[in-house]
Amino acid sequence: MNPFQYSKPADVHEAVHLSSAASRFIAGGTNLLDLMKENLTRPEHLIDITGLPLREVKETASGGVMIGALVSNADLAWHPLIEQRYPLLSQAILAGASPQLRNMASTGGNLLQRTRCYYFYDASVPCNKREPGSGCPARDGLNRIHAILGASTHCVATHPSDMCVALAALEAIVHVQGRDGARTIVFADFHRLPGDAPERDNQLADDELITAVELPAAGFAEYSHYLKIRDRASYAFALVSVAAALDLSGPAIREARLALGGVAHKPWRDNAVEQWLEGRAATHETFCAAADMLLQKAEPLEHNAFKVKLAREAIVRALSDAARGGQAR
Amino acid sequence: MSAIPNGAAAPPFATHSIRLSLNGQDRQLDVLPWTTLLDLLREQLDLVGSKKGCDHGQCGACTVLRDGKRVNACLTLAVMCDGAELTTVEGLADGDVLHPMQQAFIKHDAFQCGYCTPGQICSAVGLANEGRAHDTAQIQELMSGNLCRCGAYSNIRDAIEEALPACRAKGGEQ
Ligand SMILES: Cc1cc2nc3c(=O)[nH]c(=O)nc-3n(C[C@H](O)[C@H](O)[C@H](O)COP(=O)(O)OP(=O)(O)OC[C@H]3O[C@@H](n4cnc5c(N)ncnc54)[C@H](O)[C@@H]3O)c2cc1C
Ligand code: SF4
Ligand code: FES
Ligand code: FES
Repeated sequence: MNPFQYSKPADVHEAVHLSSAASRFIAGGTNLLDLMKENLTRPEHLIDITGLPLREVKETASGGVMIGALVSNADLAWHPLIEQRYPLLSQAILAGASPQLRNMASTGGNLLQRTRCYYFYDASVPCNKREPGSGCPARDGLNRIHAILGASTHCVATHPSDMCVALAALEAIVHVQGRDGARTIVFADFHRLPGDAPERDNQLADDELITAVELPAAGFAEYSHYLKIRDRASYAFALVSVAAALDLSGPAIREARLALGGVAHKPWRDNAVEQWLEGRAATHETFCAAADMLLQKAEPLEHNAFKVKLAREAIVRALSDAARGGQAR
Repeated sequence: MSAIPNGAAAPPFATHSIRLSLNGQDRQLDVLPWTTLLDLLREQLDLVGSKKGCDHGQCGACTVLRDGKRVNACLTLAVMCDGAELTTVEGLADGDVLHPMQQAFIKHDAFQCGYCTPGQICSAVGLANEGRAHDTAQIQELMSGNLCRCGAYSNIRDAIEEALPACRAKGGEQ
């Protein structure tokens, strides 16, 4: 790790005013310190935000829930409000990382964790995300874990978070504070597709701090399911994951939410597919057709064609489990 | 702890003074910002029970308890432990009386080379404090942050299963 200055501000205002292009905020440290140990990022100044008053989980006036950016992944997953009203989010968080890491990892940090692309993690090779313009060895290299949707010639990396897949399905709202004031970003716009600027994972500016993540009232608690497929049974990143949430009226689908992890540079949603599902019967045939429709746009690479088939089966299974009442894992 | 302002007067890489409780003792320590808790324990305080398996959060060998919760010491900055209450494997026993989790590991032969054991035991005590493991499958899933290259998993699981009730009775002491 490179030497750096350390500050611990006591309020949000001080934190954003301390920040500069050469500084980083640190919360749980589980991603940032890992990257710093690999010399992939070398901040000159770490701003420890764990002293900021951003640890509350509370109900909002509009019937939703506001989650402070420093609430740990473990505390969030096991919070009674989340377990009861947003079980999809609990399941997704508990499917990620390990109990130790979930105790450390924060809500804000989870959104900003970087890709697990092997080449991104190897400072001795080029990578457009790490060094813009240097090239993308993954496109023609080992790309088993890479994207099948929404990639570009510049980058085929995937976003590694589980929590974010559930937040995408739940249409969370990210609250941020910068030097010039506060703003909100809807979850679908928070993360980016790589395009020709893969060095930018999301829309956050350098001086902006995530202060909270807001969940709208609709939690789909009755009919939702998070399914994660990985190389081992636990403690591994997703090859494919699916957050499925339904609002059912008898057998008919009133509303559907479907978000995929492990397949794109951001949690993947397809509004056309969700709309197509609305009004149809929640049957195996419907779910198969929806999966096929969503994956029509898939562009697999040399080693990850299996993800298309895997995603199809995972979508059908997650939607079926959601329709059956969700809890069956 | 005072924040170092961005101003020019601040020394660029100052040590920071932190206070913490370590295995029941109050300690005041001067640390460099980039020293991890694991390096502080092992290199500066000679508490070598916590092991460095991967140094990247992937193996759990460095697991310690921070305010009763299990964390990876390799991904924790020492400077960020100001005010924390830390327990390492060295602090679990009560004098010569082993912690129930330690006793159960011995009884069930829950180790071979022993390298992962301090992390396994601290993690298992953290598991007990969480109170979320109610059956064998839950124990397995919630211990997945601790790898054992010797593959002593079945004995580790049996030890934890036996010790959980006694640890819960001890009630969040660690
Ligand atoms: C071995 C291992 C396995 C893992 N497996 C999984 C998995 O299966 N699924 C999964 O989803 N995740 C997994 N993770 C990733 C883990 O979830 C993230 O590292 C964690 O959520 C990051 O949160 P943090 O608070 O530790 O972030 P930090 O490391 O503190 O910060 C990460 C980034 O976010 C910035 N930041 C943090 N908080 C804020 C804020 N409030 N505002 C602005 N910027 C901020 C930091 O500057 C930094 O750039 C794994 C991690 C490890 C090490
Ligand atoms: S896929 Fe993206 S992160 Fe991976 S090597 Fe290519 S540019 Fe870098
Ligand atoms: S040494 Fe910390 S998790 Fe491996
Ligand atoms: S006993 Fe050898 S690594 Fe677990």
